[in-house]
Amino acid sequence: MSDTETKDLQVKEKQELSDSAEQIKPGPVFVPAADIFETDSNITLLADMPGVKPENLDIDLREDTLTMSGDVEPPDDSGESDLLREYRTGRYYRQFTLSEVIDQSKIDARMNDGVLRLILPKVEKATPRKITVKVG
Amino acid sequence: MIMRSMFDPLRGWRSPFGEAERMRRQLRHFSDELEKGLTRGRWSGVFPLINVTEDSDNYFVRAELPGLATEEPDISVTANGLAIAGERNLPDESREAKYHRKERESGRFSRMVTLPGHIDPSKTEAKLTDGVLTVTLPKAASSKPRQIKVS
Repeated sequence: MSDTETKDLQVKEKQELSDSAEQIKPGPVFVPAADIFETDSNITLLADMPGVKPENLDIDLREDTLTMSGDVEPPDDSGESDLLREYRTGRYYRQFTLSEVIDQSKIDARMNDGVLRLILPKVEKATPRKITVKVG
Repeated sequence: MIMRSMFDPLRGWRSPFGEAERMRRQLRHFSDELEKGLTRGRWSGVFPLINVTEDSDNYFVRAELPGLATEEPDISVTANGLAIAGERNLPDESREAKYHRKERESGRFSRMVTLPGHIDPSKTEAKLTDGVLTVTLPKAASSKPRQIKVS
């Protein structure tokens, strides 16, 4: 990276999902911020899902649609009263359509400090063969 | 002023009731926005966003800090305030990584919160689980509610 100077983090309000399909369980649904990058062998997806426990995360790859959803357990604040509420909690939900063929059996998902790291290995393509044309 | 707004050079004379309806709609929209702003709380514009709650013994400050390890946020307390500072670093990915999306951000942050009452700084506890920071600040005896018996 060329710029070594660290900038200040800006406040970003959680983006609420505006989907046509309604939720069965009421409550806000947010779109997690994600990074997606690709190397020769895999596609990696990183998503910020603070408050999601690994067991409450659901990743589903069907055909070429990747769906991830995570439930946030509301903090145990039943006996507490609000003084200031700047952010809300709810489900995280996001879908991506993948253009590459993914090796389903080797998908690796990790949840660490509220960040999901999903590694989607590409199916190994047949190594390109060079065909020499003979004169004859 | 009213006469002028009732005459639209393209569509001719508009109904004065239509104009009143438009104004009423705008007013309603404005009051909706105002209500939304009030229920959401005062917008500070400083990262991280926090939720503050209290029970009879403690104040609780919660913030979402995904990707921060336990030792990273720098938390300091005063008699009635809390400061959260730190830096969010996104690890460098391999050189051959080609990005499709880059929505997550890195950078420094520092935020100060003033609590409505005094706290006991020595008994303050903080934990960071699954990217959510929870700071528990016990109220000082002077700011705890006291039951007063009527004699």
